[in-house]
Amino acid sequence: MTNPNIDLKPLSEFIVDEAPERYIYDMNSGKHEVAIATKGLQVRYGDKLALSEGDLSFERYKITSLIGASGSGKSTFLRSLNRMNDDVATVSGKIMYRGLDINSADIDVYEMRRHIGMVFQRPNPFAKSIYDNITFALTQRGRYTKEQLDEIVETSLKQAALWDQVKDELNKSALALSGGQAQRLVIARALALKPDILLLDEPSSALDPISSAQVEDTLLELKKDYTIIIVTHNMQQAARISDYTAFFHMGRAIEYDLTRKIFTRPKVALTNDYISGNFG
Amino acid sequence: MNAKLADKIATTVIYVIAGMVALVLFSMLGFILVQGLPHLSWHFLTSPALSFEAGGGIGIQLFNSFYLLVLAMVISFPIALGAAIYLNEYAKKSVWTNIIRTAIEILSSLPSVVVGLFGFLLFVVQFKFGFSILSGAIALSIFNLPLLTRSIETSLAQIPYLQREAGAALGLSRWETVLHVVLPAAVPSIVTGVVLSAGRVFGEAAALIFTAGQSAPALNFMDWNPFNISSPLSPMRPAETLAVHIWKINSEGIMPDLNLVSAGASAVLIIVVLIFNFSARKLGMKLFKKLTSS
Repeated sequence: MTNPNIDLKPLSEFIVDEAPERYIYDMNSGKHEVAIATKGLQVRYGDKLALSEGDLSFERYKITSLIGASGSGKSTFLRSLNRMNDDVATVSGKIMYRGLDINSADIDVYEMRRHIGMVFQRPNPFAKSIYDNITFALTQRGRYTKEQLDEIVETSLKQAALWDQVKDELNKSALALSGGQAQRLVIARALALKPDILLLDEPSSALDPISSAQVEDTLLELKKDYTIIIVTHNMQQAARISDYTAFFHMGRAIEYDLTRKIFTRPKVALTNDYISGNFG
Repeated sequence: MNAKLADKIATTVIYVIAGMVALVLFSMLGFILVQGLPHLSWHFLTSPALSFEAGGGIGIQLFNSFYLLVLAMVISFPIALGAAIYLNEYAKKSVWTNIIRTAIEILSSLPSVVVGLFGFLLFVVQFKFGFSILSGAIALSIFNLPLLTRSIETSLAQIPYLQREAGAALGLSRWETVLHVVLPAAVPSIVTGVVLSAGRVFGEAAALIFTAGQSAPALNFMDWNPFNISSPLSPMRPAETLAVHIWKINSEGIMPDLNLVSAGASAVLIIVVLIFNFSARKLGMKLFKKLTSS
């Protein structure tokens, strides 16, 4: 719960430009901008330690895949990043975003989630029209003219590669969309809030291969403007779309590197076992 | 005995049992309708009851039933909605919520005549509301609350958890999610539950005998000021409902055509309850269509 004694400013007012967490250095390629980073993150369900992850930094405008067997803690890690685990688990450690620890008690979680959006495994459009699905969260907090909303709807749907299919039926119920369309609508809905970071929890595992490929194309398109962190069970997917890959095992990130290195020359034997299908 | 034969026998037995249930229902409905329908007329539905002569109607009782129903719903719906939202959306598992749930269960299994006597002692006697619409409406609300709460809670529980996650991920607070995502999605099923419970409340007699009273004084249908005692809207007047009327004339009626009046009133009661039941689903579906697209 947020602390009532602390003034809850919108997150944007906390931005510290040259915070130490802002950059990582790579010996080969130099300075990279960090979108979000964790420091000593631990997640407990009751007294069971589900995740004990030291420090991971995610580069801005890149796609990072989190892979690993079921129960390896990758989803737990992802859901902790925008505090979707708050109700079910105890999350300790720091999550640094724009120089601010967003895991601290005085953060306005609702405001923070507008900066760090999330898309889930199963498409979950609201039982509203396509149009209202996209504008709803916006109009709850701000005032927009009809023209502004129309434009946001169009832009977000175009970004999610859904505009051409639904532009003539924006008032139709979103529940009538196919699985792949619904998932892209959900992505558009998240994009409408203009987040910085998009977290995706196995976004295409409930979809057929064609819809899945469409979602992948969408993500590749989106990385120009968004930092994307995606949990996936599909190794080919991780290899196809991500710049970085982190391999999780038993609640730890065992190896974290450029995707091509993970998939060609992993340093840890366990990683090699997993990506070559020996377990998981 | 082989599996195929056993399956056949089981299926037959189940069909017979289901058929028996349907038969009981249809024979009762058939009996009531065949007896009562011929007696129904505009005059019967609109004129006041007569105690000593033939030719009385059920107009006032019919009006009383609807008025009480509306008042009882106005009182019980907001409370039931709030309780259901708390139980389904906010309450964590604890001793406290267990007590609430148990209380609701016990309340829902209270015989309605007990609710009526409780209402009589507390509202009619202690609070000096007298035999009145108000006492009756509160007693009906007590009778209706637990079932309505349970039904709304079930409606809310049917909305997938994913919808709440979706709201949270978009930066909506829990209340915003409940109000704008969960409730609208649950409206059709809530409405169905409300209408079904309305059917039950409409036919309730025992809870009203000692609270709304057993007399239906003449009403002045030109006077809609609720503060006048002869106004149909006055909450302080005694108000015999249709169900109570049926009970009353069958136990102590002395009008010469009491069998006809009783049959006619029963038919009206059944028809109204049937209309509630059939419209409940239709209304729910219609609302769902309307709410999900703009």
